[in-house]
Amino acid sequence: MSHDAPAHGSHDNYLTHKRGLWSWLYTLDHKRIGLLYLFTILSAFLVGGIAALMVRTELWKPGKVFLDPDGFNQAFTYHGSIMVFMVILPLIPSALGNLILPMQVGAKDVAFPKLNLLSYYVFLFGVILAVATLFTSGIDTGWTFYAPYSIRTSTATIMVVTGAFFMGFAAILTALNFITTVHKLRAPGLTFGRLPLFVWCIYATNIIQMLATPVIALTLMLLVFERLMGIGIFDAKLGGDPVLFQHFFWFYSHPAVYIMILPAMGIINEVIPVFSRKNVFSYWGMAGAVFGIAVVSFIVWGHHMFVSGQSETANFVFSLLTMFVAVPTGIKIFNWVATMYQGSIRLTTPMLYAMAFIFVFLVGGLTGVFLATVSINVHLTDTYFVVAHFHYTMVGGAIMAFMAGLHYWFPKFSGRMYAEFPAKISWFLIFLGFNVTFFPQFILGMQGMPRRYYSYPERFTNLNQISTVGSYLIALGFVLALFYLIYGLLWGKKAPDNPWGAETLEWKTSSPPPHENFIREPVVTHGPYEYQI
Amino acid sequence: MSETRTEGVRHFAHHFKSAFHEFDACKVGMWLFLLQEVLFFAPLFVGYAVYRALYPEAWHEASHLLDWKLGALNTVVLICSSFTMAMGVHAAQTGRKNKIVLNLGLTILLACCFLVVKYFEYSHKVHVGLLPAGMFTYEGLQHAKSPLFFSLYFMMTGLHGLHVLIGIAVLGWIWSRARRGDFGPDYYTPVELTGLYWHFVDLVWIYLFPLLYLVG
Repeated sequence: MSHDAPAHGSHDNYLTHKRGLWSWLYTLDHKRIGLLYLFTILSAFLVGGIAALMVRTELWKPGKVFLDPDGFNQAFTYHGSIMVFMVILPLIPSALGNLILPMQVGAKDVAFPKLNLLSYYVFLFGVILAVATLFTSGIDTGWTFYAPYSIRTSTATIMVVTGAFFMGFAAILTALNFITTVHKLRAPGLTFGRLPLFVWCIYATNIIQMLATPVIALTLMLLVFERLMGIGIFDAKLGGDPVLFQHFFWFYSHPAVYIMILPAMGIINEVIPVFSRKNVFSYWGMAGAVFGIAVVSFIVWGHHMFVSGQSETANFVFSLLTMFVAVPTGIKIFNWVATMYQGSIRLTTPMLYAMAFIFVFLVGGLTGVFLATVSINVHLTDTYFVVAHFHYTMVGGAIMAFMAGLHYWFPKFSGRMYAEFPAKISWFLIFLGFNVTFFPQFILGMQGMPRRYYSYPERFTNLNQISTVGSYLIALGFVLALFYLIYGLLWGKKAPDNPWGAETLEWKTSSPPPHENFIREPVVTHGPYEYQI
Repeated sequence: MSETRTEGVRHFAHHFKSAFHEFDACKVGMWLFLLQEVLFFAPLFVGYAVYRALYPEAWHEASHLLDWKLGALNTVVLICSSFTMAMGVHAAQTGRKNKIVLNLGLTILLACCFLVVKYFEYSHKVHVGLLPAGMFTYEGLQHAKSPLFFSLYFMMTGLHGLHVLIGIAVLGWIWSRARRGDFGPDYYTPVELTGLYWHFVDLVWIYLFPLLYLVG
């Protein structure tokens, strides 16, 4: 951005700094790029959500409700691929990370603003490429693109996979940008020991993105070449091994689970101390646990393949390693609870979401330990138990935390307050709906209902119908959220600079912040959570 | 992006404190980029290791069909290009414009040489049908898994070749900027970063050459 833009008096902020559509599409301001991400990702969330409702509606009763089996396969594939690759993976790191992280480290912008804009457009291109297949033959491989089916199917695998490749590339560029920003652009006095835990979590996430995403990118390219010219690396017919695809896929996709959850934990780390008015319990325990999870995440991928013909030894080792994840995760959960203990808790919407996060994530995490046990896993593989487990971690974890973060930082990036009352109603609907949808799926899975099936025996009907009703409750909650957030954005009452009384740097500037974040470069003299109660 | 220009030479983006600050950050960024590049090549190397361990006879047989002389020639060409690149960076640091232009030009030339040799190798293989497994038509190999070797050969050298091609494009851009006199002791970030990238590309080849051409 050039400095010759007219200043709008003392009210100049990043939203009014320059005007017109072009100034948004060609912006180098990290906050605006964050909003572009947010808008794109939430649009994708809408499409993925509609696909989810289609899946749940089709499962209302055995046999056909309104989709034929092929349509059902496409609905769950689009739901999975959109929600994973276009929503949960980029949602917190790219959208909220861009909005908040540079301010939290006291920088004027990210290290490479042009690269930041480029990565947004690379991401957008990937999204368009993948979503455009809705108007072609679609895709029916499931979001995992397992060979050999993904090599043989006549649907538009190449386009979706190439789209995912570009989204991955965008994530790598964003990660590179953030890591450099954290290392090189911290404000004076902001030592690593004074970084907000959100920054630590995004930083750990970025490391995973840098190290794991290139692997899936190349694997997906190999899949494209497999289809184009039959290189045979993943194709048993040509001498290759489809299980190798699974290894490569999960070498990325398991760490990817932590790309989803670590930023979520970062948000919870911010919200809980602020609304408990207490310093976070064990700062270094929290930061260390995040890196513990990041390291372990790279050596547990085999737990997705207990029934793929791995050796018994591999199964045993991966099972044991997977259980190690529970240790740092447990540390985090205990520390959050310990932070709240004897705090002066305010039940605002972000705090409600944060507490909902702890509850549902605990359920998701504990069922993860069940699934890490080989003998149990063999029975539960590919059942609704797995579906319920990863929705408890991914939706209950990442989405709940995103909602916490969205409400927490809403006054900062919009300059206005959302309305608390409808927000709490919406929270209640989403929290209730979530548990109504997914808890019955644990039982369904234990009773043996396989995932991705079009129909089911009569005796599963009741639980499926409860689950479907729950999914409508979630949808209702999000629609309500959409309305009051848009209302808040346009007509909400003006937000003060620091409505929650937080101590991290993004609250030390005006709401919304000026173009270069701070009028004067901030100087940090104490830790991020030292409140005077 | 706004660039603060003082005396027409030292310029850096508004969110940095000094030109050196920017240079420092750019180098961190480039090293991170190279780190992810290593992981980007990794699946191919892992795939290679897995299949070589499973079918050593096939690897033995198939790698004899690669011309190690051409591979060695290309190795020498790339090592020379790394040398000229390093000289180019040095010339930029010491501010000798003609030497930057000369050395970058030589690097581009050597990179093109590499691709020409590669082109002859590829066209010979296409001609006799030594292609990825699905299109493999060559007769005279005993082991059923030998075509897999050529799948990996084309994927690995192809990806490397793509990196060489991108390198040539970037070098061309840097070369034209060097001719304009953009670089000197005060500002040589793009030359340095391109150098890092180029050495990485060479290094990949240093691994590819023995793994593909010499294992037999």
